[in-house]
Amino acid sequence: MMGGKTDRKLIVNGKRLDGRGLDDMRPLTIEAHVLNKADGSAYVEWGKNKVLAAVYGPRECVPRHDSDPYRAVVRCRYSMAPFCSLEEHGRAGPNRRAIELSKVIREAFQNVVITELFPKTAIDIFIEILQSDGGTRCAGLVAASVALADAGIPMRDLVSAISVGKADGQIVVDLFKDEDNFGESDVPIAFAHRNNDILLFQMDGKLTKDEVKTALEKAKNAAVKIHALQVEALKKVYERQAQQNVQ
Amino acid sequence: MVDILNEIKRDYVRDVVKRGKRIDERKFDEYRKITVETGIIPNAEGSAKVKLGNSQVLVGVKLDIGIPYKDRPTEGIFSTSSELLPLASPTFEPGPPSAQSIELARVVDRGIRSSGAIDMNSLFIEENKVWAIFTDVYALDHDGNLIDAAALAGMAALLSCRMPKYEDGKIIRTESSGKLPVSEKVATCTFAKINGSIVLDPSFDEEVAMDCRLTLSTTPTHLCASQKGGSGAITEKELLDCLDTAFRKGSELRALLKD
Repeated sequence: MMGGKTDRKLIVNGKRLDGRGLDDMRPLTIEAHVLNKADGSAYVEWGKNKVLAAVYGPRECVPRHDSDPYRAVVRCRYSMAPFCSLEEHGRAGPNRRAIELSKVIREAFQNVVITELFPKTAIDIFIEILQSDGGTRCAGLVAASVALADAGIPMRDLVSAISVGKADGQIVVDLFKDEDNFGESDVPIAFAHRNNDILLFQMDGKLTKDEVKTALEKAKNAAVKIHALQVEALKKVYERQAQQNVQ
Repeated sequence: MVDILNEIKRDYVRDVVKRGKRIDERKFDEYRKITVETGIIPNAEGSAKVKLGNSQVLVGVKLDIGIPYKDRPTEGIFSTSSELLPLASPTFEPGPPSAQSIELARVVDRGIRSSGAIDMNSLFIEENKVWAIFTDVYALDHDGNLIDAAALAGMAALLSCRMPKYEDGKIIRTESSGKLPVSEKVATCTFAKINGSIVLDPSFDEEVAMDCRLTLSTTPTHLCASQKGGSGAITEKELLDCLDTAFRKGSELRALLKD
């Protein structure tokens, strides 16, 4: 959440506190199929963020009154480990923020998963934030998207997500924790790759209309790069399997 | 579970919107009738009830003395909760807050907080003592768009809020030391995307039929909070068009708030 503490410089000589330029993303690595029991999984390191996502399903929907006779229900649990931040020990289990994020992440995926194919079932997405440094919901979305594809669940598209915002009066891409805490605005966005449909959009801080436009433009450019890395991670799984089959 | 009546109504609402109309014959960018009443719970430091068409939301504000957060020793505390009361709708059940309830409270909170309407530093009392503002949203009657009703009621309640007197480490609630300083009126507009069209202020039936919704909180010059909800998608152009409407309608909403 924005803190509005303006006495702290976040951009010095055009460089951000971690040395990045305004449009630079933190290093992002994605590995798909990292867990054995889950139907699909992915591990993402994005700057100092470390995020694990797993997908189960389509499977029987329990409790049954949650089920839908026409389509699969998509459920999501975003949760932060009590040890994930540099600050004090957190409480286990989802807090109010986590419940809200679980809801908007689930809604983004309901858009792309072809749920009509699996009536009466549930598709469960679990996102565990193991270490956090700003932008965890986007890292979770990126990981979960790859995990869904890894689970072989039919989707219209991959979802890519990025947080853009404003720090020291400039629109910056991929906010890390200090920019999130002390910057002037934070805008997490998720896009469907093929048509740039906006599937998740949240915002706090203060932005003019022109700044919103710039932020959207920068987010779209970053999302293209993220999408390429997601595809790459998925391809590697098949390469790995192909090699094992040869041996 | 599938509610058959809702399914039928859903098709009807979507069909009407497709033909460029709304079921209650409003324009796409028209609010239902809004009334704002303040000071209706005199025991609370601030209160307001908003009627938005047939939706009714009550907001109460209480001030207590709190301990500041360690990393913000001079700032007051602002906290928003919401109760979707079981008396407000057959779809609301008693129990721990649902995701819908938590989202409502957090969207209202973000709008007020981000706008800077309340100067948190003005809530400092003395070392380790700050004012804590508790804003409680009570949904009384749910006929759609509780977010805008709650945000407007929240703003009205804060604008009407008195500061209790503070003396010798104690709060004297029966005496007031003036009004809570509020420097900005944030206006919150929620849009629903239904069958490819965007409508302002969705009613309950329209919410059942919508693909997704978008909430934009604005000051006269800035967007200060936003939330997309629902599984539908919006385009960049739709978002920017909604932002224009939100700025335009924002001044109508602000006109309903007294200083």
